[in-house]
Amino acid sequence: MKKFSIILISIFFMSLNAYAGSDGELKMEKQPKKVKDCFENLNRATFAFNQGLDKAIIKPLAEGYRNLPDPIQKGTHNFVTNLSSLVTIPNNVLQGDIKLAIINTARLAVNSTVGILGTIDVANKMGFPKYEKEDYGQTLATWGVGPGCYVVLPVLGPSTLRDTTGSFMNVLGGDPYYNASVHGNNEFLNESVYMATKAVEGIDFRSNNIESFDNLEINSIDFYASVKSLYLQDRENKISNIRKGNIEIFYKNEEDWEEIDQN
Amino acid sequence: MKKIFLVILFLNFNFLHVFSVEPDIFVQSTVNRASEILTKNISQEDKIVKLKEIAKETVDIQGVGFYSLGAARKNLNKEQKTQYFKLFEDYFLKSFSSRLSEYTNPEIDVLSKKVLSENYTIVNSVLRGTSERPEVKIDWRIYTKNKDNPLIRDLIIEGLSLARTQKEEFASILNSNDGDINSLFKSLEKFSKN
Repeated sequence: MKKFSIILISIFFMSLNAYAGSDGELKMEKQPKKVKDCFENLNRATFAFNQGLDKAIIKPLAEGYRNLPDPIQKGTHNFVTNLSSLVTIPNNVLQGDIKLAIINTARLAVNSTVGILGTIDVANKMGFPKYEKEDYGQTLATWGVGPGCYVVLPVLGPSTLRDTTGSFMNVLGGDPYYNASVHGNNEFLNESVYMATKAVEGIDFRSNNIESFDNLEINSIDFYASVKSLYLQDRENKISNIRKGNIEIFYKNEEDWEEIDQN
Repeated sequence: MKKIFLVILFLNFNFLHVFSVEPDIFVQSTVNRASEILTKNISQEDKIVKLKEIAKETVDIQGVGFYSLGAARKNLNKEQKTQYFKLFEDYFLKSFSSRLSEYTNPEIDVLSKKVLSENYTIVNSVLRGTSERPEVKIDWRIYTKNKDNPLIRDLIIEGLSLARTQKEEFASILNSNDGDINSLFKSLEKFSKN
């Protein structure tokens, strides 16, 4: 009950935030609102700290991970992706997408059993639709909660107040894997295993983006602003689910493009 | 006389039709040209020089520059505009060619196109996956105001717009410096000289 109250209070405050940032309009619009960087100085300092951490620890680990044999990397990637279904499925339900929740449940069942704890993506080979992760931040957005301010979290990186609240939902009962690890009272899982899994997930992500990040850093005149822009664009796309279905293109801000010809 | 007029009209129409370039064909041809350079056994510097030549011909650098400035473009005087375009072109060509030159043998397949307006068509393509990288979706925003000479105005890689990222980067520099355009000029200059 206490957890439920915390979640409700969080959503309430996020809604207020959406209200403050959207000139009185609570509903989601196709035209995304500009996300304010309310804590820019702090964010830049945290970003610099994260970059230092990345160069000293995370990137070398990601490079080492990349030297592992391909089947191990692929198996690890499949394993952490399969685990993420445990958060995706309740979010499919909360977003009203029951059909997708059923498909993802079947995918989880097949991959966790036939696919040996998710290390082999059997469902993909069987022709299941492409898997798209969903999280509580995306669900809050589909419920009309605005992003709030942009924040950079230590170690975890770019986020918004809404997405950070969404992440808290995982440890407030929204992630069955966390519940089983921390409160499950079993001999296989504990908090350390949960943290290790999350660390591996991060290293896996970083190893898939080594060149892209290097390239972006070299070719940016303000790397902080580039990362912020790309993060926010990516979140907008995920919230709109533009990769789903047949609508492959979803172009916004057309007036910006049309306007430049009038100069 | 009427016949002559009709013949001239017909020829003119055909002439226009022949020189009108379809955006998807334009993208495929541009990609093929870039791919040819990237697979050539020449130095990285030579590749960059040749990629810059292609970019000058196929990208609307001035249009992208205007877009990247956002609302700040309205406050520039004539001199500042001239200075900006010079700095922006150097910055853009360096950044564009440096990003591209990292790829070796990129194979891009043009899949479809969608007309957004009289001025814009989006061309959808995919960069074929290899053992080292997954398949990447790339959309091209093609400026079609001049049908005979379509130009690239944006690349949208897996849903992430390069022009928008650049625009937000410029806005961030301006915001951090009380909107002083000279701060942006300095950043662009510094980037091009490094």
